[in-house]
Amino acid sequence: MPGGFRRHRDGGLSLRLEPVEGQVIENLLGQLTRLYDDLPKGDPGLAELGISESTEAPDDPVLARLFPDGYRDDDKASGEFRRYTEASLRDGKERDASIVLKCLAQGPDVRLDEEQAQAWLRALNDLRLAIGTRLDITEDGHERFADLEFDDPVYAMYVTYDWLTQLQDSLVQCLFQR
Amino acid sequence: MSTAPAELHRPDVDEDVSPDLPWLTIVWNDPINLMSYVTYVFQTVFGYAKEKAEKLMMDVHHKGRAVVDSGTREEMERNVEVLHSYGLWATVKRDD
Repeated sequence: MPGGFRRHRDGGLSLRLEPVEGQVIENLLGQLTRLYDDLPKGDPGLAELGISESTEAPDDPVLARLFPDGYRDDDKASGEFRRYTEASLRDGKERDASIVLKCLAQGPDVRLDEEQAQAWLRALNDLRLAIGTRLDITEDGHERFADLEFDDPVYAMYVTYDWLTQLQDSLVQCLFQR
Repeated sequence: MSTAPAELHRPDVDEDVSPDLPWLTIVWNDPINLMSYVTYVFQTVFGYAKEKAEKLMMDVHHKGRAVVDSGTREEMERNVEVLHSYGLWATVKRDD
């Protein structure tokens, strides 16, 4: 039976992954959440209220993609928006990642409730955005990856990206089936 | 009791003096988010029917961006915050 997400006749949703696939996701989410530590923390008291001190987009392209500006052509409004939303956006991403990790810890075959399914959906998307940004994915097609040697690390990254894409799409199709 | 001052100081207002000017939520095209996923997010976040969500997704895809909602500035900022949590590339803009 193929792995991935599956909608059952009773309406429930399940996920089956090979142990190595679970390990890949666990590893990637670990890398991604560690990257969030590069975001400015700001005042701890304000942080508790969800207010951060950063008003500028992060330098790292992956962080800039995951924590984008809220306004175009208005740095001041964008900065204010970031101050009030970046901390909670980060909290949400970390919460999603931890829900996914808890599911993975349950074994290779997991039933997912609605909240867990949404966490998987967003976390898989965060991973695709991160890897896709590093790979500099464009709309022009992905032919340039086909010519890479099998032992090229970029090729491995692309294969992972492609697999995450299929996994995420299978979850979206399951969610449409409700 | 106080009386109104003879001279009224105009507050420093540098933005949004016309409350009836609606604000917009704009979603920009990006090469990574899946078309199926973007459609699903529009349905989930805005409660749009699949046809409307698909049309907006196609607008984003072909025209590079689409206005997906309009309203007060606060509502649009809330939209953008939620869309960012789903990884969509969204911004707030005043309709002009």
